[in-house]
Amino acid sequence: MRRAELSMAVFMAVFSVYLMYKSAELPIGWIPGSGPGGGAYPFWLAAGMLICCIAIIVRALLRMSPPSRSTEPYMDRHSLMLFVVGAGSLAVTIGLIRIISAYGAILVFLLFYLRFVGRHPWRLTAAVAVVTPIVSFFFFEIMLRIILPKGYAEPLFLPLYDIFL
Amino acid sequence: MEILNLLADGFIIAFEPQNLLLMLIGCAVGLFIGAMPGLGSVNGVAILLPLTFIVPPTGAIIFLAAIYYGAMYGGAISSIMLGIPGASTAVATTFDGRPMALKGQADVALITAATASFIGGTISVILFTGFAPPLAKMALAFGPPEEFALMLLAFATFIGLGSDDIPKTFFSIFIGLVFSAVGFDIISGRPRLVFFDIPGFLHGINFLVLAIGIYGIGEMLWTIELSKGDVQMSQATLTFRRLLEGFRNVGQTWKATMIGSFLGYFVGILPAAGATPGSLMAYGVAKMVSKHPEAFGKGTAEGVAAPESANNAASTGSMLPMLTLGIPGSPTTAILLGGMIIWGLEPGPRLFVDHTEFVWGLIGSLYVSNVFALLLNVLLIPAFIWVLRLPFTLLAPMIYVLCMIGGYAATEDMHDVWLMLIFGVAAYLMRKLDYPMAPAVLAIVLGELAESSLRQSLIISHGSPLIFFDRPIAGSITVCALILIVLPLLKYVKVFVRPKPAQP
Amino acid sequence: MKELLGIRSKPVLCTLLVSMSMLLAPLAAQAWEPNKPIDFVIMAGKGGGADKMARFMQSIVEKHKLSSKPLIPINKPGGSGAEALIYMKQVKGSNRDHTIMVTLNSFYTTPLRQPDLHIDVLKFTPVARMAEDTFLLWVHKDSGIKNVDDFVKAAKAKGNDWIMAGTGKAQEDQLLTEFLNKAYGLNMRYVPFKGGGDVAKQLAGKHADSTVNNPSEAIGFYQAGTVVPLAAFTPKRLALFPDVPTFDELGKTGMDYFMQRSVVGAPGMSKKAEEYYAALFKKVYDSAEWQKYMKDKALQGDFLGGKPLMEYWKKERESHRKILKEIGEI
Repeated sequence: MRRAELSMAVFMAVFSVYLMYKSAELPIGWIPGSGPGGGAYPFWLAAGMLICCIAIIVRALLRMSPPSRSTEPYMDRHSLMLFVVGAGSLAVTIGLIRIISAYGAILVFLLFYLRFVGRHPWRLTAAVAVVTPIVSFFFFEIMLRIILPKGYAEPLFLPLYDIFL
Repeated sequence: MEILNLLADGFIIAFEPQNLLLMLIGCAVGLFIGAMPGLGSVNGVAILLPLTFIVPPTGAIIFLAAIYYGAMYGGAISSIMLGIPGASTAVATTFDGRPMALKGQADVALITAATASFIGGTISVILFTGFAPPLAKMALAFGPPEEFALMLLAFATFIGLGSDDIPKTFFSIFIGLVFSAVGFDIISGRPRLVFFDIPGFLHGINFLVLAIGIYGIGEMLWTIELSKGDVQMSQATLTFRRLLEGFRNVGQTWKATMIGSFLGYFVGILPAAGATPGSLMAYGVAKMVSKHPEAFGKGTAEGVAAPESANNAASTGSMLPMLTLGIPGSPTTAILLGGMIIWGLEPGPRLFVDHTEFVWGLIGSLYVSNVFALLLNVLLIPAFIWVLRLPFTLLAPMIYVLCMIGGYAATEDMHDVWLMLIFGVAAYLMRKLDYPMAPAVLAIVLGELAESSLRQSLIISHGSPLIFFDRPIAGSITVCALILIVLPLLKYVKVFVRPKPAQP
Repeated sequence: MKELLGIRSKPVLCTLLVSMSMLLAPLAAQAWEPNKPIDFVIMAGKGGGADKMARFMQSIVEKHKLSSKPLIPINKPGGSGAEALIYMKQVKGSNRDHTIMVTLNSFYTTPLRQPDLHIDVLKFTPVARMAEDTFLLWVHKDSGIKNVDDFVKAAKAKGNDWIMAGTGKAQEDQLLTEFLNKAYGLNMRYVPFKGGGDVAKQLAGKHADSTVNNPSEAIGFYQAGTVVPLAAFTPKRLALFPDVPTFDELGKTGMDYFMQRSVVGAPGMSKKAEEYYAALFKKVYDSAEWQKYMKDKALQGDFLGGKPLMEYWKKERESHRKILKEIGEI
């Protein structure tokens, strides 16, 4: 836990320095007669982030914050697994949206998650995985006219548009 | 008594069968759109606007106003049940709504939200009916310095919201504010903080992308880890007796509801401010005056009642400057305004004189829509509770799917879906280390307005910050805000100075 | 039995084939038609002037069922239109025939001010110029200012404290402010706000001393008598404000300025799609609703499409390049 606390604070400190650097692309000083320049607001706020990070690091070194006193591991094997499966399957799904359309990706995601993480029977898994994209299609595309990305699967949807739109 | 006559005429219009039907459909559609994370009243109204040409303008505005209302009620549903604010107006509702649901009091929270929304909505319509013209004048008196003072006040009411770890709370506020600056600087007209020149950052970081990332994905990852497997999301039950109990609760939260109703309404009237700061300030003030401020954030009905009454009151409030001045008080009313132009009506000071039927028909319908939205909401509570009782391994993937679609629907850009995932993962990792997340979400909502009004004021004053003090309205608000900021800081200093009692 | 089945199954197969080919036939034989919803990109945020106009056009299309597939408005407000322009540029494949955008003058100014975006607007497909919006100089009625002479006197007296509210840096409103500063030797302080409606409110609430709003943005307050137009940035007087002189009449030439309200197609759009959209928006332009809207909001300009629109862009881009150079923005 203690190591995680320090690493996170150091990482965020580096990130705030990057934000400061990026903000400095625009003037960060006080322009006489018109107040702060375009980069000043994010620059000084990022500077505030940096100060906070330093305070967090100091408190962690002095063992003042609860996570820095805790001896529990930041993530045990089991929770790491859960995290990797959860976040990983989401990342794969979002990546798939570009290829097999949002609906295809949702179908694959639900099949995987319900069957292999949730350990639901195949019948329930298949039913949910098929019904959810169909309901979403009608709710979002037909009713609300929010067109979700289709990727390479687009030709499959053209007849549907001809029928419903 | 002319107003009462006009109002009676308005009710007659509202009670025409076609208009009643439109209100019912509008409330139902709004309720569902509002309950979807990522979709709020803006989307609902924008999407259905082109469909309104089939009915006369009065029917059209009644329909769209009903959607607006329904979505405000619906926003609470996703905040309470999933912990994901469906729109920025419902952020404050998650603070206590979510803990209540986790304690198994989802039904009470939902009923509190519905009744508080109803009371807030009704009070604001009454205020609307009685005092439209003077309030419209007040709205005009708010220029950039006043807006900035108001933003300062909104932050001040929230200073005590974070965790006890002060550096982490401030870190969270700062990072939210920096993210709100991403995209485009309207004062210099130049793009800024466009990370790695990815064009997706040009439109800035949408509040919903951060909120769904943190509260949707981050929260889900966290809950899955806590539960270590298959549990129910919350032990939600619903019996008739509990329902009654929920209604009885209204008596206990009347103070918070009243604060929310009035504060929400007045903040909602101010153009540019809208319902979000209104609901946040209502939560903060309700906590300040509550007898049990320590219960806030841990699941108290008061913490649900205040923001919910406020956002409904504010949604009515924001219609006032739209109708009387032609200035929208919120993004949704901006689209309603566009709608009125499509129907051939010119919003503005002449509208009340030239189109009395339209205006009073709308006002009459607001009373009725409120009743419909309340009834629909209460009737649907059993269905929501049923959803909550689904096994978590079924509910979690469905919520993930909602997050992905909602994250896309907010800006219709895949870039933001990736960003949402990154925020979700980061939020999960940081949350494990006690970083509070709510301040970042608030900061990104208020940050943009705070910055532009600050810099506009400073340009007007040649860079002198005295502008925030020497204008009467801005001055008094600024002073209030500063007092609210300094008081808790003094308390912290005291804690630091005073020697700590020995640890047992 | 087998034969029977064979005979029987043939007509079924035939019907299937025929019905399938009938589904596909319109795509091949007749004029081009969109085969999926059309991305209708808006170069501004929800609720702004361009957004209102885009949704208005969309509603006309829906009302008269002018298009077989719906127009789906998508707001791309980032970076003064930069986000929308980049989005249009990277559209690929068949999407090129299904992506159109509503533009204003940031169509010229944003690529000129940010050459690193590498956007050549002349590569975009000209579809339709729906109108040109006009500008007027407005003051609050309580200021007692009745004409441009009063305005110049008052603005000179206040010097750099005279606040001109406008919509964004180096956009239409600031160009006009610079016109005024130069023509009358003024030194007005320009404060950018987020949209035209916000600007109108600043003047009505007396947080600003003057604005150069479009008629559509200020008309509500004008009808209520809160704000007063002093002069128009047009060659001829506007029918909506017959008593308001033009700057030409007042002896200041070169102050005419319009904002285009145009629809453009993605770069690389096929000729057939271009013709389809030009015809579609011609129908919108000719509709009674659009004509009334133009009259009510003092919009001007004929319908332009194809080559004439491209010529118009070329001319306008050069004149914007000149103006931006003069005020030192590029």
